[in-house]
Amino acid sequence: MDLIIIFIGAALINNFVLSYFLGICPFIGVSSKISSAVSMGLAVIFVMTITSIVSWLINNLILTPYHLEFLTIPSFILVIASLVQFVEMVIKKVSSAIYRALGIFLPLITTNCAILGLALFAQMRDYTLIESIFFALGAGSGFTLALVIMAGIREELELANVPEPFQGAPITLIVAGLLALTFMGFAGII
Amino acid sequence: MKKQVSLHYEFLKGLWEIHPIFKQALGLCPTLAVTVSAINGLAMGLATTFVLIFSSVIISSIRKIVPSQVRIATYILIISTFVTIVDLVMKAKFPELSKALGPFIPLIVVNCLILGRAEAFASKNRIFRSFIDALGNGTGFLLGLLVLGSIRELLGTKCIFGFQILPDGFSTWMVMILPAGAFLTLGLLLGFANAYTKWKKEKSKKEILITN
Repeated sequence: MDLIIIFIGAALINNFVLSYFLGICPFIGVSSKISSAVSMGLAVIFVMTITSIVSWLINNLILTPYHLEFLTIPSFILVIASLVQFVEMVIKKVSSAIYRALGIFLPLITTNCAILGLALFAQMRDYTLIESIFFALGAGSGFTLALVIMAGIREELELANVPEPFQGAPITLIVAGLLALTFMGFAGII
Repeated sequence: MKKQVSLHYEFLKGLWEIHPIFKQALGLCPTLAVTVSAINGLAMGLATTFVLIFSSVIISSIRKIVPSQVRIATYILIISTFVTIVDLVMKAKFPELSKALGPFIPLIVVNCLILGRAEAFASKNRIFRSFIDALGNGTGFLLGLLVLGSIRELLGTKCIFGFQILPDGFSTWMVMILPAGAFLTLGLLLGFANAYTKWKKEKSKKEILITN
């Protein structure tokens, strides 16, 4: 039951994009078409899940036992950067179809603050391994959901008559604001 | 050899011409997340400026030693060192502020503004020039956060820095201190910044036409 609450909490109530503001850059950059939004979302779920496992292992097997907490930030960021490279190489080798779908989005994920934010949140809240995996799945699904909804709205927005200075990033942010208001409605479900 | 621009300009360009938030839309995650109040914006701005200045200076001073294949990893390590310093100092000296900003102090590492300036400026320019550039961009970022934080705090709680500004009769806009308010305020500010730039461009065009 706790696991379901963690999942729903990360996906809907404390949505990473709309209430923690993590991963705004891809949210604005990759949300112009639904198809690329879906690919980006899947890549993020994938990397997030692996990151949550690896960062949990590093935190609980290396950093905490040897009192190296001050190395948290450099070690997490290095792990994420090399992990993304590694995942990219594995996918390229295993399946060229998946690689073609996710390819260009994988390197972008390194600089996605949602991934590092996820690792830091899981560490701050002292999640167990299983809990942090569910947290990662929830956060990734929430990110994908927000990205796909946004892409759907933006495809419609292209037909709308937006004042010239507000085209691009400004109108995207305003729409995201309205979306954040809608997501507040989920606050009562737990 | 390209023409050297004045140091004066290197500082000023960060305040408006290539303003990190309003012109380049860099570092939006911390911008949106911490600007619930002016004081949070100020703290975040100072922390980012500190990291930006020191990492720019270090990156600029080792720019000839680092091979270009591993430069990004090197930059990230340098940046994360300074971020760790800021994080530990904040935790020791300002525990409440550190709690309010939560994971966003460690997340300065992935602030694209810092890596952006390192890659675009500090890796190609001399130490003092990089210092001035970092100072300008950091100040611009700080002012941006301060403006956003003040607007949200003023409309959300009638106060700025905890001092009441608006009269008691003003009913506060709850939405401003919620996440949605951050998106709406920044979206409107970006739009107005674009409109102002356009208006200025057209005005200077007209002036040229008249003088000719």
